[in-house]
Amino acid sequence: MISTLFLTQLQILINEAMTEFSAPDYLPALPEIFLGGISLILLTIGVFVGNRITTLLTWVTSLVLIAAVVIILSLNINDQITFGGLYIADTFGTFMKCLVLIGGAITLIMGMSYVKNEGMKRFEFPILILFATTGMLLMISANDLISLYVGLEMQSLALYIVAAFKRESIRSTESGLKYFVLGALSSGLLLYGATLVYGFAGGTSYEAIGNIIESGDLSLGLLIGLVFIASALAFKVSAVPFHMWTPDVYEGAPTPVTAFFAAAPKIAAMAVLIRVLIGPFYDAFDQWQQIIIFISIASMVLGAFAAIMQANIKRLLAYSSIGHVGYALVGLASGNEEGIRGVIIYLSIYMVMTLGAFGCVLVMRKRGQMIENINDLAGLSRSNPPLALVFSIFLFSMAGIPPLAGFFGKFYVFMSAVNADLIGLAVIGVLTSVIGAFYYIRIVKIIYFDKPKDSFDKPINIEITATLTLTGIITAFFFAYPSPIISGAAIAARSLLP
Amino acid sequence: MALYVLPIFLPLIGSLISGVLCRKLSDRQAQVITCLLMGTSAALSIVIFHNVILDGNIQQIKLFDWISSGSFYVDWSIRIDELTAVMMFVVTSVSFLVHIYSIGYMSHDAHIPRFFSYLSLFTFFMLALVTSDNFLQLFFGWEGVGLASYLLIGFWFKKPTANAAAIKAFVVNRVGDFGFALGILAIFLTFDSVSYDIVFNAAPDISGTNFVFLGHSFDVLTVICILLFVGAMGKSAQFLLHTWLLDAMEGPTPVSALIHAATMVTAGVFMVARCSPIFEFAPIALSVVTFFGATTAIFAATVALTQNDIKRVIAYSTCSQLGYMFFACGVSAYSAGIFHLTTHAFFKALLFLGSGAVIHAMSDEQDMRKMGGIWKMIPLTYVMMWIGSLALAGVPFFSGFFSKDIILESAFAAETGLGQYAFWLGILAAALTALYSWRLIILTFHGKPRADEKVMAHVHESPKTMTIPLVLLALGAILSGYFLLPMVSEYHDFWGTSILVLPEHSALHDAHHVAFWVKALPTIAAVIGIGLAYYLYMFRPDLPPKIAKTFRPLYLFSYNKWYFDELYNYCFIKPAKYLGYGLWKQGDKALIDGIGPDGMANAAVHIAKRAIKLQSGYVYHYAFAMLVGLAAVITWFLFSRS
Repeated sequence: MISTLFLTQLQILINEAMTEFSAPDYLPALPEIFLGGISLILLTIGVFVGNRITTLLTWVTSLVLIAAVVIILSLNINDQITFGGLYIADTFGTFMKCLVLIGGAITLIMGMSYVKNEGMKRFEFPILILFATTGMLLMISANDLISLYVGLEMQSLALYIVAAFKRESIRSTESGLKYFVLGALSSGLLLYGATLVYGFAGGTSYEAIGNIIESGDLSLGLLIGLVFIASALAFKVSAVPFHMWTPDVYEGAPTPVTAFFAAAPKIAAMAVLIRVLIGPFYDAFDQWQQIIIFISIASMVLGAFAAIMQANIKRLLAYSSIGHVGYALVGLASGNEEGIRGVIIYLSIYMVMTLGAFGCVLVMRKRGQMIENINDLAGLSRSNPPLALVFSIFLFSMAGIPPLAGFFGKFYVFMSAVNADLIGLAVIGVLTSVIGAFYYIRIVKIIYFDKPKDSFDKPINIEITATLTLTGIITAFFFAYPSPIISGAAIAARSLLP
Repeated sequence: MALYVLPIFLPLIGSLISGVLCRKLSDRQAQVITCLLMGTSAALSIVIFHNVILDGNIQQIKLFDWISSGSFYVDWSIRIDELTAVMMFVVTSVSFLVHIYSIGYMSHDAHIPRFFSYLSLFTFFMLALVTSDNFLQLFFGWEGVGLASYLLIGFWFKKPTANAAAIKAFVVNRVGDFGFALGILAIFLTFDSVSYDIVFNAAPDISGTNFVFLGHSFDVLTVICILLFVGAMGKSAQFLLHTWLLDAMEGPTPVSALIHAATMVTAGVFMVARCSPIFEFAPIALSVVTFFGATTAIFAATVALTQNDIKRVIAYSTCSQLGYMFFACGVSAYSAGIFHLTTHAFFKALLFLGSGAVIHAMSDEQDMRKMGGIWKMIPLTYVMMWIGSLALAGVPFFSGFFSKDIILESAFAAETGLGQYAFWLGILAAALTALYSWRLIILTFHGKPRADEKVMAHVHESPKTMTIPLVLLALGAILSGYFLLPMVSEYHDFWGTSILVLPEHSALHDAHHVAFWVKALPTIAAVIGIGLAYYLYMFRPDLPPKIAKTFRPLYLFSYNKWYFDELYNYCFIKPAKYLGYGLWKQGDKALIDGIGPDGMANAAVHIAKRAIKLQSGYVYHYAFAMLVGLAAVITWFLFSRS
C-alpha cells in the first residue's frame, strides 16, 4: 500500500520533471560530445587490446583532435547558450578551442618517439591527453561556475596523471605529486571563491553574476570571491605568485607532457580567465585590472630574471612561459577589444613558438639518452645547421626580435596597453623583454659560438622534423601573411565583449 | 638628353663594373672598361663644351624627385651651363688622361681593378658635384669626392702612413664640411629652398637683412657665404685647413695629379664661382676670401721652397695656386679664377704626372736629395717638367702666364686694401713659385747623380701609356691659355648667366687697363725667380746650405711648414685625445658601463640568484607563496576600499 503510494508519488514527480525539462540543444556542444564519446571508445579498445596499439591510438587521437577542429569550424556557431545556461559556444571559444586542439595534436605527434623510447608506451597516454583536451574545451565553453569547475577538474585530473606518467622516474612522479597537491589547493581556492560569489550574487551562472555586478552591487564578498577565482585561474596559467609549481613540474614531467602543459592547458586557462573577467566580472573592471596588472608585472619580472641562472633548458622554458603569460596579461589588463585581440594573437604565436622550442628539446638526445642541459647545445650550428637555425629562430622570436612572430605578439599587447593609458605597464614589459632577450640570445650564442661537443643522435625522426619545419616557417614568416591570425583574433575578441 | 646625362654616369658604371667584379675581372679588362667609358665621357664632354659655349645651348634636366618632406623639396637634376661645361671638360679630360697614365704607373700593383674603380668613382662624384642644380646635390658630390679621396689616399692600406694620411684628410675636411653643411642649412632657413635658381634669384632681396644670434646681429648673406667658404677652405686646402693636402701625397701619384691638383681641390673655387650670385651681395665675405686666398698663396710658396720631397713641393705649389684662384674670386674676378683653375689643371697634372714618371724612373724614390743628373737619361720627362714649370711660373706665352697675369691685374685693379695685399703677395709668391720650380728641376735632373748605382742603372723613360698623357697635358699646358682667353676677355660674354658680377665690382674689367708695370711685374718676378734658382742651385750649390744656416729660424719655420702640424697637434689633437681618453676611461667605462650595461647586468644576475632561491622545491613553500599572494591581494582590496 505504502509502496504503491510511493510509486505513484514518484510517477507524478517524474512526469513533472519530464514536462518541465525539455531536451537541451546538443549541437553547439558537438565537439565535446564527439571527443568524450571517442575517448570512451578508445579507452575500451585500449583495455581489451593493451599496450600493443599505443602508437596507433596516438595517431588516432591526433586525428580525432584534428577532426574536432574541423567540426568546430564547420559548426561555426556564434553565441549559442545551451544546457540550461551551462554551456556557451561563441567565436572566442571557437578560436581558443582550435588553438588548444592543434596544440594537443602537435604535441602528441611530436612526442611519439619520446613515448616509445622512454618506456612510456602505454595506451592510457593518448587517451589521457584526449580527456584533458576535452576538459579544456568544456572549461573554455563554460558559462557557469559549476560547469567551469567540472571542465577544469576534468583536465586537471588527467594532467596530474600524465605529469607522473614516467612511473619509474622519481622526478616525474615528484612533479606529478607536486602538481596534484598544489592543483588541489587551487581547486579549493576556486570552489571557495565560487561559493562566496554564489552567496553574494545568488547564482553561479555568468549572467546572474554579471547582472548583480552591473546593477552596481559589488559587495566585498563578491570581490573576495573574484580574487579567489582569479587566483585559482592564475595558478592554471602559472602567473606569479601562483607559478611556483611550474619550474619543477616542467622540469620533472616527461618532455612531451611539458610541451603539452606549455601549449594547451595554459591557453585554455587563459581563455577561461579572459572569459570570466570580461564576462560576469566585466563591470568590476577597475578592481580586477589592479590584480591583473600586479600579476602581469610580477610574472614578466620573474620570468625575465629567474631564467637567467637556469642551466636546464626545460626549466628555462618554464620561466620563459611564466614571462610570456605576463606579456599576455598586459593585453588583458587593457580590458578592451584591442587588448583581448592582443592576448589572442599573443597566445597563438606563443603556442607556435613553444611547440617549436619543445620540438628542439625533444631532439636533444645523445647515445640514446635524453639531455636537458643548455650547455649541451654548444656547437649545434656545426653538427646540425638546420636545427641550429630553427632553434635560433624560436629563441629570437621569443625574445621579440623583429621581424619574427614573437615581435608582433609583443607589439600588439604593448600597443593596446599604450592606447589604454597603461604606459608604465608597457614600459616595464619592454624592459623585461630586454632582460629576457639576454637568456634567449645566450642560448643562440652557445649554439653558434661555443666549442662543439659531440653531436645529437641522428636522424631526427620525421614527426619532429615536420613539426619544426611547420612551426619554424610560421614563426619566421608570420609577418608576410599575418591576416588569418590577426583578423581571426579580432573577430574572436569582438564576440566576447558586450 | 642622353648626351648630357651619359658623361656623368658612364664613370659610375665603369666604377661599379670594375669594383663589384674586381675579383672576376682581369687587370686588363678592368683597365679597358674604365678607360673606354671614361674616354667616351670625355669625348661627350667636349661635345657638351662645344654645344654650350659656342651654341649657347644651356640645359637643366630633371632626372627624378629626390626628397620631398614638408616645404623641403629637392629633385635630382642636371644643370649644364657655361661653368659646368668648362668644369666637365677639365674633369673628364684630365681624368681620362690620368686613367691612361695609371695603366703604366700602377702596372705592378696587386689591386688594379680596385684602383680603377676608385678613380672612376671619384670622377663620377666630381661630375655630380659640378653638374649639381641645388646645394644638396652639390653636397652629395662634395662628400662623394671626399670619400673617393679618402679611399685613394689610403689605397695602399698596408702602409700605416697612408692610412693616417687618409684619416687626416677626412677629419680636416670634416671641419670644412661642417661649415659647408651649416651654410646649406642657413640657405634653407633663409630661402626655404636649396635650389640654385630660387636661391640666386632671391639673393638680391635678402641682401642687407640681418639675423640675431647670441645677442649679435649678423648679415644673413655674409654668414651664409663665410660658412660656404669654410667648406671651400677645407676642400681646397686653404690656409688653416691646408694640412691634409701634404699628407695626401701618400696616395699614388696619379691620384695626386687628378684629385689633389687638377679637380677635387679646385671644387672650392668652383663652388665660390657658382655661388657668385650670393657672394656678390656679401662684400665682407669676399674680403675674407681674398685674405685667405692671398695668404695661402704666399704661405704655401714659402713652404715649398724648402721641401725635399718632389711631390710635396708640387703639392704646396698647388696649395699656393689655389690661393691665387681664391683671391681672384675675392675681387669678383670669378672668371679669372676659373680660367686659372683650367690652365692649372693641365700644367699641374702635367707636373704631377711628370714627377710620377721621375719617381717611376728612380725606382720609387721621392726625395730630391737622392736624385740629380738624370736629364739625359729621361729627356722626354725632363722636357715635360720644363713645360709644366714654365706654365706654372707664368713665363710668357705658356698658359699660366695668361691666367696668373689676369688674376694679379684684377687684384691690383680692385683698388682696395685687400686687393693690394693680394697683388703684392701674389707677385712675391710668383717669384717664389719660379724659384722653387726651378729648384725642383735642377735638383731632380741636374748636378751629380746622388742616387746609388743600382738605381741609376735602372733609370729609364716611362712606357707609352705614361708618356702620351704627358704630351697631351703638355699641349694643354701650352695652348689652353690662348684658346680659353675669351673666358676673361672684355669683348666676349663667355660665361652668360652662370657667373654674376655686379657692375660696381669691375676689377676684371679694369684689369685690362692697368699700367704697364703692373702687367710686366709678374713676368719680371718669374724671371728673377728662375734666375735666382739657377744661381743658387746650378752655379753656387754651396750657397743654399749656408743661407739655411744663417737664417736658421726662418729656414726651420719654412721647412716645418710654419709649424702648423705641431700647432694643431698641441691645440686640437692632444686635448681631443686627452678628452677622448678621459671620456672613454672615466665617462664610458666607469660611469656609463659601470652603472649602465655592466652594472645592470650584475644587478640582473644578482636578482636572478635571489629569485631562484625562492624555488626551494618544497611543496609547502609553494603553497605558502600562493596563499601569501592571495592574502596580499585581498588585503590590498580591503584597504583600498575603505
